[in-house]
Amino acid sequence: MTTPNSYTTGPDERGHFGNFGGRFVAETLMPLILEVEEAYDAAKNDPSYQADIDYYAKHYTGRPSPLYFAERLTQEFGGAKVYFKRDELNHTGSHKINNCLGQVLLAKRMGKTRIIAETGAGQHGVAAATVCALFNLPCIVYMGATDIARQAPNVFRMKLLGAEVVPVTSGTGTLKDAMNDALRDWVANVESTFYIIGTAAGPHPYPAMVRDFQSVIGREVREQMMEAEGRLPDSLVACIGGGSNALGLFHPFLNDQDVQITGVEAAGHGIPTGEHAASLTGGRPGVLHGNRTYLLQTDDGQIKDAHSISAGLDYPGIGPEHSWLNDIGRVKYVSATDKEALECFQLCSRLEGIIPALEPSHALAHVRKVAPDLPRDHLLVMNMCGRGDKDVFTVAEALGVEI
Amino acid sequence: MSESRLERRFAALKAEGRGGLVTFTTAGDPDYDTAYKILQRLPEAGADVIELGMPFSDPMADGPSIQAAGLRALDAGMTLRKTLEMVRSFRAEDDVTPIVLMGYYNPIYSYGVDAFVKDALDAGVDGLIIVDLPPEEDDELCEPAVAAGLHFIRLATPTTDDARLPKVLTNTSGFIYYVSIMGITGTKAASGDAVRAAVTRLKGHTDLPVAVGFGIRTPEQAAEVAAVADAAVVGTAIVEQVKAGLGPDGLAGAGLVDGVIDYVASLAQGVRAARQG
Ligand SMILES: Cc1ncc(COP(=O)(O)O)c(C=O)c1O
Repeated sequence: MTTPNSYTTGPDERGHFGNFGGRFVAETLMPLILEVEEAYDAAKNDPSYQADIDYYAKHYTGRPSPLYFAERLTQEFGGAKVYFKRDELNHTGSHKINNCLGQVLLAKRMGKTRIIAETGAGQHGVAAATVCALFNLPCIVYMGATDIARQAPNVFRMKLLGAEVVPVTSGTGTLKDAMNDALRDWVANVESTFYIIGTAAGPHPYPAMVRDFQSVIGREVREQMMEAEGRLPDSLVACIGGGSNALGLFHPFLNDQDVQITGVEAAGHGIPTGEHAASLTGGRPGVLHGNRTYLLQTDDGQIKDAHSISAGLDYPGIGPEHSWLNDIGRVKYVSATDKEALECFQLCSRLEGIIPALEPSHALAHVRKVAPDLPRDHLLVMNMCGRGDKDVFTVAEALGVEI
Repeated sequence: MSESRLERRFAALKAEGRGGLVTFTTAGDPDYDTAYKILQRLPEAGADVIELGMPFSDPMADGPSIQAAGLRALDAGMTLRKTLEMVRSFRAEDDVTPIVLMGYYNPIYSYGVDAFVKDALDAGVDGLIIVDLPPEEDDELCEPAVAAGLHFIRLATPTTDDARLPKVLTNTSGFIYYVSIMGITGTKAASGDAVRAAVTRLKGHTDLPVAVGFGIRTPEQAAEVAAVADAAVVGTAIVEQVKAGLGPDGLAGAGLVDGVIDYVASLAQGVRAARQG
């Protein structure tokens, strides 16, 4: 594959990033997908839309989030200078709110009166329920029955925020099934309903739209690192479920060839066991949920269940832009196991006083692997994309502690 | 160009002055042998066109009944290769009843588009309905399939407005499948008046036969639709008959095939009783 002049011009008008992406949806949805695309194109060129996003980002979410020098972890690893982008400090506790604000403001512009969302860890569901409370819209969140059991605090939060949480028992009752049921709801309620997809996946224009909303992360890091160190970072690390927090950090740096970029997938019990959620490492290209991308699938093209201790990474696919960045070699994709993530969850809590979500604990597991061998003047930024309050029950259980 | 099985069948229905019955069953539900027995007996029960579902793990446009049918088939070891094998066996005995494969793109993409088109033609498949391939993605499968001689049948829905219909009809052949409600399979039925208006609208854009489906459950409903459209499509209600014939162990009970076939025969009687004006 040839190296493009720019890594940030995609997708093309059909929603393709190289061979990935596209619009693989049923005819009932197609007119609506085109309407979303048109509305988003118009909104992007309307300064008042961006001004609304900026206003709520600042006064409601609490942006910009700090870029924090993690001094004790840096000492512990003994190599690279490790910075955290503190998106876990956002209102609702993760990066998901950046995307939900952008989408709900679009839904309002489009005159939609009902919001649906899918959620895995519940972070996206909470963020969606939050913006729906803020803008007085009914919110229906589809969540796999398996995930409801392991993310109980978030289920209750969504209900407190006024959302209806619909347990999904079809398929395997995890994130992919929640997305199927959300799409089924949308097909039946196209006139009134806006679907807030939680990650940089789905049919065009969602992957590009979600990336745009999350790119505030990387844009802030550029400025903050210039201020802190007078130069750009040397490397970036982020965890990947569908890939939205990672793209948000990576995208503004893709054309800075000297910046090394690494995405960390969930290796679950280990790639060789087959029980993992690493679509790029352990999958192959296919078509699901409206886009072509790397998927975990059988020889017959049936989608396989993913496994990760982290509900937010437990998805058998990945956003199409990551598939492209992988194939052209601009971003390196690696993986971290449940066990490594659990260790780093505890390490970060003890050394930095920051209880990370299990998702970014995977990113930290990779940082722990590489940082010791990097020079002390190497500037590494890891996206601390969520806080771990929602995970304390899961972690206690994994550690055999009763609470 | 010689007429295809589908074209001959719709021409014959027109000559008879009646609407047809299109049946949907899932290949391999609840197991290969039982599904094949059902398939073999559909023509004698009065199915004019057969839609055979290719099971997929994530059928995003289907309701619980067809989802469950697909999972039963997959659990019993069904694959796309075996679905084609089933069509090939059927064709050895019946060379007139059209078979349209219906499903989602990923298993075909995984199989390889060129190999699939070739093997499907070889097996005696007449057409394809691929739910998640809108006209915007025609270069994926539609164009090579049509070039090789398969019909590509598209769904039109209440959200497909007059501006979009021509795009949906481009490359569509055999018939057009009007989904009479917004929603997934197996939910509600549209009113007779709504169906009549929709068929009239479609006929203003195309000479293709119009089949109407989603939500048809009774011989009376099938008759009502067949009176105004070129065919009525029944899926969920047939698949539920398969489920009703399962034993407590989840395996095919003794009366399963007869139950399904009797039900299809009752639908066929309904359709035949409704002569078109
Ligand atoms: C804190 C956190 N990080 C990461 C993810 C994974 O999503 P993405 O890869 O889109 O950032 C989730 C999903 O729920 C999450 O809650």
